[in-house]
Order: sequence, then structure tokens, then C-alpha cells
Amino acid sequence: MSRASGRRRGTAVVRGVIGIAAFIALAQIVGETGIIKQNVLPLVSTMLAQAARLAGNGRFLADIGATLEAWAAGLAITVIIAVPAGLLLGSVPVVRVATRAVVEFLRPIPSVAFILLVNLLIGPGLRMTLTVIVYGSLWPILYNTMAGLDDVDPVAKETLRAFGFGRLAIIRFVSLRSAAPHIATGIRIASAVSLILAIATGYQTGRINGPGIGAFIADANSGAGNTPLVLGAVVWTGLLGVVLNMLLVTAERLLLPWHKASLMETS
Amino acid sequence: MSERKRAPRRLPSRRGGDSRRGSKPAERSEALARRKTQRAAAAAPPLGGGGRRGPKPAARQRGLGAKDTWRGGKHSWLSRWVVLACGVALWQLWAGHRHSAFFPPPSTIWSAMHQKWFNGPAGHLFLNSNATGNILPSLGRIGLGLAIVVAIGVPLGIAIGRSRVLMDYLDPLLQFFRSIPVVTAAPVFIALFKIGTQMEVATIVAGTIWPLLLNTIDGARSVDPVQVETARAFRYTAWVRLRWLIFPSTLPSIFTGLRLALSLSLILMVFSELVGSSNGIGYEMDQANSAFNLPDLWSALVLLGILGYLMNAILYLAERYVLAWHRASHG
Repeated sequence: MSRASGRRRGTAVVRGVIGIAAFIALAQIVGETGIIKQNVLPLVSTMLAQAARLAGNGRFLADIGATLEAWAAGLAITVIIAVPAGLLLGSVPVVRVATRAVVEFLRPIPSVAFILLVNLLIGPGLRMTLTVIVYGSLWPILYNTMAGLDDVDPVAKETLRAFGFGRLAIIRFVSLRSAAPHIATGIRIASAVSLILAIATGYQTGRINGPGIGAFIADANSGAGNTPLVLGAVVWTGLLGVVLNMLLVTAERLLLPWHKASLMETS
Repeated sequence: MSERKRAPRRLPSRRGGDSRRGSKPAERSEALARRKTQRAAAAAPPLGGGGRRGPKPAARQRGLGAKDTWRGGKHSWLSRWVVLACGVALWQLWAGHRHSAFFPPPSTIWSAMHQKWFNGPAGHLFLNSNATGNILPSLGRIGLGLAIVVAIGVPLGIAIGRSRVLMDYLDPLLQFFRSIPVVTAAPVFIALFKIGTQMEVATIVAGTIWPLLLNTIDGARSVDPVQVETARAFRYTAWVRLRWLIFPSTLPSIFTGLRLALSLSLILMVFSELVGSSNGIGYEMDQANSAFNLPDLWSALVLLGILGYLMNAILYLAERYVLAWHRASHG
């Protein structure tokens, strides 16, 4: 069984590498033949070389550090707010019904639109970035926590209730554990949102807002615009997203061993 | 022969234990839903096309297994608007008291909205020319973007979800591109498409394709293998299986993806209009921002909230209509 799944994974890795290589080759050919003009979109090789050079750029590394800091702090605050809120909304129907209109109205307001307002309200800085991040990444965790509570096996809940356990004990021993995979999924989505907003805020407000990848891209784009530099940074943000997602998946696997089956294929 | 060509009304559905390999949350909830379906014996079959023609669920399960994330009775409908109204009233009192420049009272925001968009003739639904000149282009971009995303995402997602080989080749690429914040790619889109509708639609497509694609892949992958095998054993052609089994089974996931894509498209619409546009809601916000006009900024936010709410409600109705058979299992 394990050997078979090992071979399966080997095949997947080989095919994945072939896929990436084929894509890079194709993109390079498209650039070389001039289907897309090189002054509009530089060659893939130029892009990758630029990305490699950025790894030795002290300022860019400091910017990555600042973005990661905003990401981590924003995600932590969001989890601390959203999971209890989700538990409350998910387990007390009255609260859920009462807040429905407010939540449904607030949720679709684009977090990006808030950047302008929050910038005026709080002024540039990490606090403003964190406010935007928390607002944007709140929803996936909130909704997933609630969906998780909906999916709790009612028989298990009824059983505990029949044995005289209180509401809190049921939440603690059944609901929370059963909803944990959903919450973890919500956190993973929120992580992606958090990274995007950390960068978007920096890009929108520029360097006044402090260091960050967003500010770096805004700088690279100012004036005549250094497209290869922008794209080099974009490649790094993509890699950053992949790595952060992998970290969260690993953490999920360690913390929630009972649902490892779901992590075989994380998309 | 003609018997065989006709689409299956109902394939024998498996009863008893759930021995499927995966137990991913989405997958699991589907399995759960399916079990509930079987419990509510009269529920519509998961197969059978649009299902509207299928038998109506005789007894809808409420109570224990009923799922009502946001749904409630008529009372709840009333009470949640009361709460919203109370919140707005409190805000009005507080803001009238504080005279804060940053938090104008709702009445000020409302009159700003009225001034800006809604003082037009009744024949135009009270929309004035400023509204038709800015709100409609924004909505048009979202509509066009989402149409393109569905046209690409659904077929591609089903293809990748049903083919192990395709999945292996493309998965790392998808993971990488999904992780790139579209926002950072905005300079590239501006260079590629120039400022204007093209660039905005491209931004929306590039950002919203991922939730739809990944959800469709997930949905297509978790079609009940027993049903697929059964359909194959009955020698239904690949097209019939796709049209009547795989596509309907994937539809709930497609709608989940669409719901995510919808809220994301609103964000990207605003963002792309902030970055480069000569009309649209985002452009108006940018104007209000640089003029330090907070009532206008707030009114744009409120408008976005209303638009998002309406779009979600429309999608919800469409989902309820299309997935009537699926909802039967959700109570």
C-alpha cells in the first residue's frame, strides 16, 4: 500500500516537474517569437534571472520580512477574533439570525475599498495594514467555522446531551473537534487573503506605509516602470504563497492527525 | 436501443456504509448530505439532470439533521432586519452627537448617495446619468469577467478533476499561479492591455478563475465512483455520463466556487478601477479619496455592500433553482 502510494507520488512529482518545464519553455518560445512583444512582457528567462538576483538584494529581503510580519500578525489576530465569533454564531441560533443582515451586508464590501478609508482614518503604518488584513480574512474563517459546526454529527451531540453534558462541554468535546478540519481550511484561505492584502495595501499606499513587497513593487513600477523587476518580485510572491500554504498544510497534518486523509490532495 | 440512449432517470444509489476513500471537509459534507438524502427516502435522486422534473421531496427533514446556515423562518427574516435597523439608528445618534468627520451619520451618507446616483427620473429606476455612467460599467466588467471565468473554469476544471494525468502535470503550476496576488500583477496587466475595460476584465478573470477552477476540480474528482462505475457498466457513452452524471454532481461545487468568485470579482473590480480607469465605482472612490470627501467615500462603500448583497442574493436564487434536487438533501 505504502509502496504503491510512494510510487504514485513519485510519478506525480515527475509529471509536475515536466509540466513546469513545459510551461516555461512554451512561455519562452512565445516571447522569443515575438507573439507577445518583449518590451511589454519580458522573456521568462529574464524574469527568472531577475528573481534569482533579487534573492541577494538586502532591501528586497527586508521587504519580504516586513510582509511576512504583517501576514503573521494579521492572521493571528484574525484567528483570535474569528474562531470564537464563529463558534458563537454557529452554536447560538438567535445570535446568528440577528446578525445575519449585518454580516451579509459587511462581507461583500471589498477589503481593497477599505484601504482608502482606513488610510484616512488610521493613517499609514502597520496598524492600518493589520486592520485591512483582519477585515478581509475574517470571513473565510468565520464562515468555515459556522459550516463546520453545521456538519457536526447530530447523534454525537444528542448523545452527550442525553448524558447530561452542558452546552459548553458539547462545544468543547464534540463540536470544536469535529469542526477543526473546516476551521483549518478557513485559516488556509484566510492566509492567502492575508498575504494578498498585506501586499495590496503596500502597493496602494506606497512606501509611506512602511516596508513590504507591495511597497517594493510600487517603487519598481514608479517612473518609467521596471517591468522585469516587478515580475521578479511577483515570482517571489507566488513562491511565498506556495511555501506558506505548505507550512499550514504541514501544521494541519500535525495538529489534526485524525483527518490526514483530507490532506493527501490539498488544493 | 432507444431505451439505452435516453438519459438515465435514476441510477441505483448505494445504501449503507460510506466507504469512500477521501474525507475532505467538502467531500465529507457531501457524503453526509447523501446519507441524509437516503434517510429522507423521498428526496430527489442526485442524478437526473436539472432535477426540476424529478420527484419533489415529500418530506423535508427539519430539526436534527437540517442544515440552515443562514436560513430561518419568517420570524428570523424580520428580526435580522430589525437588528440592522437598530444598528443604523444607533450610528445615527452617535454620529450626530460626535460630529466626527470620519464617521458621517447614515443620513449624510444617504443624502450623498441620493445626490450622486439616485436622483434620476423614475423611468430610469431613479438612476441619474452619473449612476448609469459609473455603476453600469462596473457591473458590466464583473459580468463579462465572470462569464469568461465560467467558460474557461468549468470545462477545464472538470477535465482536470476527471483526469489523474492532467492533474499531475498541471497541479504545481496551478498552485504557483494561484498564490500570486493578482494585485501585484496589476502593473503587468496595465502594460499588456493598456488602461481601460480590457485590463479591468483581465484582472477580474486572472483573480477569480482560481476559486472556481479549484472547486470544480474538487467537485469533479469526488463524483461518487460507484455511480460512475454503474453508468459505465450500463454502457452509457462518455458524453451521457458527462452530461447527466459528472456535470450535475459537480454543480454544487461549481456554485460554491462561483460564490467565492463573485465576492472576489467585486474586490478586483474596485481595485482595477482604483489603479487605472476613467469611470466606475472604484474611480469615483479614488476621486472622493483625493478630494478628502468622506461622505462620498462612505456612500461608495455602502453601495458596494448593497451591490454585493444583491449579487449574492441573485446567485443564491439561481442556485436554489438549479440545485433544487441537491437542496432537498440539505433540508
